[in-house]
This record gives sequence, C-alpha cells and structure tokens, in this order.
Amino acid sequence: MSIKLVKNAVGRMVPTEINGKKVIPFKGLGKHRPSGRKYAPPIPSALDYPTDGNKLIPDLKTALVKSCLKDGMTISTHHHLRNGDLVANQIFKIASELGVKDLVWFPSASFPCNEQIIEYLENGTIHHIEGSMNGALGRFCSQGKMKGVGILRSHGGRVQAIQDGEVKIDIAVLAAPSSDTFGNANGQKGPSACGVLGYAKSDYLYADKVIIVTDNLVEFPNMPMEIEGNYVDYVVKIDKIGIPEKIISGTTQITKSPDRLLIAEMTANFLEVSGILYDGCYMQSGAGGTSLAIGYYTHQILKKRGWKSRLGFGGSTKYMVQMLEDGTMENILDAQAFDLEAVRSITENRNHFPYPVFNAYNFHSKGNLTSMMDIMILGATEVDVNFNGNVVTHSDGYLLHGIGGWQNCLHAKCTILPIPLFRNRIPVVREEVTTLVGPGELIDVIITERGIAINPRRKDLLEKIKNSGLPLKTIHELKEEAEKICGKPQKVEFEDKIVAAIKWVDGTVIDVVRKVKE
Amino acid sequence: MEDNLKNIGSAGNEGKEARSDCYVEIELTESGGISIELQSKVEKLFGNSIIKLCKNELTFFGIDNASVKIEDNGALPFVIAARIEAAVKQCIKTDKEYLLEMIPENQYHTSKDRYRRSRLYLPGNTPKLMINAGLHKPDGIILDLEDSVAPAKKDEAKLLVRNALRQVNFYGAERMVRINQIPKGLDDLDYVIPHNVNLILIPKCETGKQIKQVEEKISKISNEKNISCPIYLMPIIESALGVINAYEIASASENVVSLAIGLEDYTADLGTQRTKEGRETFFARCQIVNAACAAGIQPIDSVFSDVSDMEALKNVVLESKSLGFDGMGCIHPRQIKVIHENFAPNDKEIEKAKKIVTAFYKAIEKGLGVVSLGSKMIDPPVVKRAQRTIEMAVEVGKLSKNWREEYVN
Repeated sequence: MSIKLVKNAVGRMVPTEINGKKVIPFKGLGKHRPSGRKYAPPIPSALDYPTDGNKLIPDLKTALVKSCLKDGMTISTHHHLRNGDLVANQIFKIASELGVKDLVWFPSASFPCNEQIIEYLENGTIHHIEGSMNGALGRFCSQGKMKGVGILRSHGGRVQAIQDGEVKIDIAVLAAPSSDTFGNANGQKGPSACGVLGYAKSDYLYADKVIIVTDNLVEFPNMPMEIEGNYVDYVVKIDKIGIPEKIISGTTQITKSPDRLLIAEMTANFLEVSGILYDGCYMQSGAGGTSLAIGYYTHQILKKRGWKSRLGFGGSTKYMVQMLEDGTMENILDAQAFDLEAVRSITENRNHFPYPVFNAYNFHSKGNLTSMMDIMILGATEVDVNFNGNVVTHSDGYLLHGIGGWQNCLHAKCTILPIPLFRNRIPVVREEVTTLVGPGELIDVIITERGIAINPRRKDLLEKIKNSGLPLKTIHELKEEAEKICGKPQKVEFEDKIVAAIKWVDGTVIDVVRKVKE
Repeated sequence: MEDNLKNIGSAGNEGKEARSDCYVEIELTESGGISIELQSKVEKLFGNSIIKLCKNELTFFGIDNASVKIEDNGALPFVIAARIEAAVKQCIKTDKEYLLEMIPENQYHTSKDRYRRSRLYLPGNTPKLMINAGLHKPDGIILDLEDSVAPAKKDEAKLLVRNALRQVNFYGAERMVRINQIPKGLDDLDYVIPHNVNLILIPKCETGKQIKQVEEKISKISNEKNISCPIYLMPIIESALGVINAYEIASASENVVSLAIGLEDYTADLGTQRTKEGRETFFARCQIVNAACAAGIQPIDSVFSDVSDMEALKNVVLESKSLGFDGMGCIHPRQIKVIHENFAPNDKEIEKAKKIVTAFYKAIEKGLGVVSLGSKMIDPPVVKRAQRTIEMAVEVGKLSKNWREEYVN
C-alpha cells in the first residue's frame, strides 16, 4: 500500500489520499477555490418526532442505538467542558460494549481527560481521530499506534470541513449545561456551566443525528437557545456531564515569570510604538499567562492615552471583563469563556456577546472576522527563519497540541508571536519547523526576550520600529543566538509512516506528521 | 575541594524543580571503558552532544573506566560540564580544570564610579536563574556562593559559578561574585578571579584587615594568571562591629568602590527585629552612608525581601535615596525597574542640576575659575553631583541627551 506523495506549495511532501479519501495538497495562500454546493443533512420530518416536544430518552446508550450507531460512523463532540468533560469517553465506552468498530472521533478539541480514549483506539472501536490530539493521545498517535491517519484542523477548518462535506457527521453528541426536553440548549446555567456553546453550532446544523446530553434539564423554553431544539433528535439526562473546577479555571492568572513578563512588556511596547494599538482597535489574545500579561500592559496603555478598544474577541477572561467594565473595551465577542468572571460577565453585561467560531473563523464563508482584527497575539512551539510556525508538534517530533484557532487567527492585520527564544534548552527559532502549520507569509512579528524580528514582508512595520530603541534583530540573528546558547540541535529521526495530516483553513493538506523513531 | 576521595561522586540537582540543571553520578570502575546512561528531556535533540561532552571531559581528567549516570532536565553545556567536573573531583585528586570557552561578550571591564543602583542576587547553585538574569538590566549580577548555597553544595557551586562567568552572557551588567565569609571565602577566589569577575562582595566584613587579606589573595592569583584588569570590592557590613569599623573598611583599599549594609544579620547581631519603620537600623544606615562618603565611595543599602509588593519597595527606595544611599540589592528581577526609577532624580532635582551644570559651562566659556548661580558661589563637589544627576536622568530617559540645546536658562 504505497500512497503517492507530492511536494506541496510550502515544499512539504504530502499524500494525495488519506484514510481512503482523496485530499488536495496545499496550493499556496489564496490559490484554492472551493466549488460545488454546501453539504446538507437529510431532510427530517416532524412526523417522526413527538408532538409534545419531549425528546427525552432514558440513557445515552439507548440514544446511540436509536441513532443507528454502527461501524465506521463519525461521532462528533465539542470541547466546551474542557478537561472536566465526562461525556466523550462514555460514548466510546458504550460503543465498545456494543462491539461497534472503526468509528471516527471528530472532537473540536481533546484534553488530557480524554486519555481513556486510547483504550478504544487500541481495541478497534475507534479507527482514528480527526481533531486535536493532545498529551497522551498525541504521543500514542506519534508512536504510530493509531489504526488510521489522524487529521488536525483549525477550529475554522473544522467548520469548513463540515460545511463542505469533507466530514459527514453521523451522530453529534453534544454535552449541554442546560437543556429543555425539546433540545434547546445553552452553556450559561447549571452545575457544569461553561459560558457559551459556540463550537457546537456546525455540529448540530450538519449532523444526521443530534443527541443532547445534559445534567440540568430545565423547563421549556430554555433561552437563549445556543443549540436550537428543532435540530435535535434526542435529549438524555445524566447525573453529571462535567467536573466544574476542570471546566472553568476559577481564575486565570497573569504569569509571574519575570522572563515572560519581560516579553509581555516588550510586546505592549511594540504595539504602542508601531501604532498598531490605536483608539478603536480590534484585538484578540489568548488565555495563556503571557497573553494575559500583554492584555494587562495594553490595558494600561489604553487607559494612559484615554483610548478604547472597539472590540475584543474572546476566549474571554477576567482581564478582558475588567476592560469591558471600566470602559476601555466597548464590546466582547466571545467564542468561549475561560474563567468564572467571564461566565458572570456574559450573563450580566449586555455588550458581552456569544459569537460562535462558526461565524468567525470559517474560511469558506462570506468574510472572516479574523481578517478584521488589528492585533492578534498567538503562541507557537517553533518558528523558522522563513517565519513559518508550528503549534502541533514539539521539536522532538511528538504531536502534543491541537491547532485551535491558530491558523484562522493568522489572517489578522498584524500577527505577533511573543515566544521565548528557547525553552529548557530547546531553541524555538529554528532553521526549519518540524511541522509546518502556518505559512510565514502570515506571521508578521516574533517577539522574544532577546530581540524582535519583523517579517521582511512588513516593510511598513520595519520602518515604524527602526528608531524606536526596541531591540530589532533579523530572524536569522535570533536563530544563531538561540543555537549559540543551547547548541545546535541534532536532527530528529522519523520513520516514513504518516501518522497525522495537517489541514490548512481551505481544506488542503499543508503538512503531515510522521512516526517518531524510538 | 574535599580530600577524602570516594569511589562514587555525584553533583547537581534532579527533579521537576531543577529545570535547566542535571544530576550526575560517576562511579569509577576497573575496566569496561566509559558507559553512560543518559536520561534527558532533550535527548532527541541534544543526546549526542551531551554524551560527547561527558566523554571528552572524562578523557580530559584521565578517566578511562567509569559508569556514568546523567539525569538531565535541559541543562546547558556549562551546567553539565560543571556537574561532571564536581562529581569527578570527589573521586580523583587533580588540579586540572575543565574550562569552556570564555565567550567574547563577557570580556568587558567596569569602572570604579559606574552606577551600582541595583545588584541582583542569584543563588550560585541554581542555573535556571542565571541564564536570563542579564536581560532584566540590573547594574550588577551577583553569583552568590554564600548564604544561598547549602553547605553540602558549596564545592559544586564554585564550579558552576566559574563556568557561568565564562559562558553566561551578563548583557553588560557588572559581573559580581559574593564569596563566603573570610577566611573561608579566600578559597573561593581561586575559582572566580581568573574568569573576568568585575567585583567581589565580601560578606560579614568587620575589619580593614579582612579587605587586605582579600586583596593579597587577589593579587597573588592575578600575578600567577597574568591578570591586569581591575577587580573591585564591595564589603557588606552585617554586624555591630562592622558598623563601628565602617570607615576603616571603606578606606582599606583603592579597590573598595562601594560599602553595603546587610540588615537581616545586623539586626540579629543587635538582638532586635527589623521593623517597617526601621528605627533600629537608622544609626547603622547613616553610619554606612557617612563612612562611604568620607572614603569617597558609594553607600549601598540592603535588600527588600517582599518580592510581590512593589509599592512598599518604592517607598523603601525613596527613603534609602533620601538617607544618601546610591543603590540597593534585589532578589527578584521585577524589583530592578522600581529601584532604577526611584533612585533616579525627580523633576525638581533635575531642574536644579540643569541650572548648576549650565552655570558651570558658562563659567568655562568665560574662562572663569569660579562657578556662580545668581549671587551664590557653587563649589566643585556640588557641580560634580549635579553632573551625576543629569547623567542619571538621561540614563533612565527622564531627560533628553541633547537637553542643553533646548535649555533656556
């Protein structure tokens, strides 16, 4: 079984067929245009649903059986319950007991709590995963132990794949912190409240069968309906869908590391000096410690100048909520809430809006929110001298993270990666990234504790920063400096076997991950 | 180093906390060559180079047969080399030193009157804190061999500090080492003097004689190793006797550039507690300032230990400045900026200095021997002080370098 490999537009050797399906190698930015019409699920009829609207089913097993669970199906889940999720593992436990084989798990992200899935990958219940593979799952996949080839997509890429019919969801099992018996569901209320359910939208709209699993059954009508009941087949009530303290961190924290704070200060300084930060700007950053610190310093600059950010796109945190509540941010559009303050705000503040990635990130859509953002702060495990970025594998070759919204966010007006030059002896700025997840054309600035490198394509930024006193270096200089301190890393050895493929936002294959030689 | 040799030597730190460090165990064997068991977080990227370094180093020390265990948590080569050397030296007696390259960035010298507003203490046996310390721009970085190193770890710390002086970029900070108390500390000098240290801190200093002892040892090493660059001294007064002898200590040598006070030990010596108001240390602090000024050197204050309270630190710095101190110690990089900003002259001081310095240049232009401002005559020390104020204001960005062009008197 030898699959033809071709060199794609970023010079990576990728297959033209994965898991028996044809795929398109990456053609370069802006080169691929989709054709045809969107995918659609079968037309249902109210004839088949109870007229009193009560779709309650005694348990998940019955719901799965009624949904005609069988070999080879694709089962989707969302990740709003994060590391506290108690539902996803149960689905495959039931499938395994029923003797169902070769399922595809299609989560919007996986977490360490999903380590149990390995058992079902090993016993043949699951054929492969299309989604993120973190921690133990990533290691398992990198060791070549998964039956099929894993497929990693960005959040927007996942929506695109569903919409374009690349992935047909047979059954969507959607955990919901609150639901009525008709299936109207949201993430705001209940013991497992997670704020919003933005990632579930494509799943319930496009899946053949939709099962809502809740531990908080409320009376009809459950408003707001983030999941609309007329798309739902069955509702299941169980004791507990999640572990609250693992769903939401009680409070997100700014980093205390002096080195990271230094990077954060430099980044805020860069934003101010370059003019990227201005009165009315749109901004987005993550919930990591460094990102939060950048948010904090940026907040100080806005206050000092009497400026406002017109909108922040969440993952929201208490720091963003502070900005909203003291008037330095006018609106929050929110795909997910990261801490309790964010959950509170979304229920209390009328300018804090749920905003599903479905509407924000899909590239095969009539416009993208991400390209409207002025400031985008992202991370990376590696960057190379061509500004290409990697977020899925570590330098030792192991798959350890999902793409998240990273690829989608690269389309912002200015994409900045504040990263350390090396982590525990491992250089972050490399000759060539281990896995190419984002093309360098979209990455504008690398900010490390030892200097700032601006993509030569951004002559405008180079011009603005030239005389600012900020430590400007070339990306090559940064790479040399990292190697001078850490030593030149030896080449990691891989086998030929492809264990996972990385999709670009347009559905083409930008790179693959190979089995690590052990 | 210890004289009672062992068959198994070990050095370094292991476990999750010991990031950027490694633990090395070496057992001498009769035959079988060198066998190395490496467990490393970075094995796939640096496994080969770690093994190569280990083999080279053992060959250097003439060890042909040994079984080596290395547990590595991302240690840089200067750390691994120091740990191996420390383990080797518990097993064999040797005068040889395994010296890594002295990086060109570290070959600078400092001047007697440079700023010493902030000096950042780094524990001498904790490599992870050393690597990025210079990026936070303290005036000085202290690799500490004294209180922050456990007694059992003193020997390996000396090698680590030596290697750090050669390989870690200090990014322009003055390169300082705090040795152990005299006389024990005299032995520490062998490990640091040949490696371009700029300044030695002498803890618990009580007499001028101790300064002389340190100086003699330094010149002995300097002669042997052909070192000609200046090595400055900063005695730390930490006892009642030291306070009484402050002037004797401050003036004991040309190379004493600053006089520091350590208040934790001083208050313990008095049998009292440190309070927020600091009345118990007021006399000692004034004495240090006075003795230092009398000797024409910099008075330097103690450290402030609550690393999370920047507001309190600010107040301490302002008080310290008002007493006449030129700088203080820090134990966390975040303290540096607060210290620099608050030791810097305030707007009023800058305005006054500008007037004096302008008057000074006018006097020179007119060929006058006396500087005067209005009807007042300005003495040379006042002019010098004003120039210093201007320099500092420019340095922290409170004043433009070209201020005289814009200045209208």
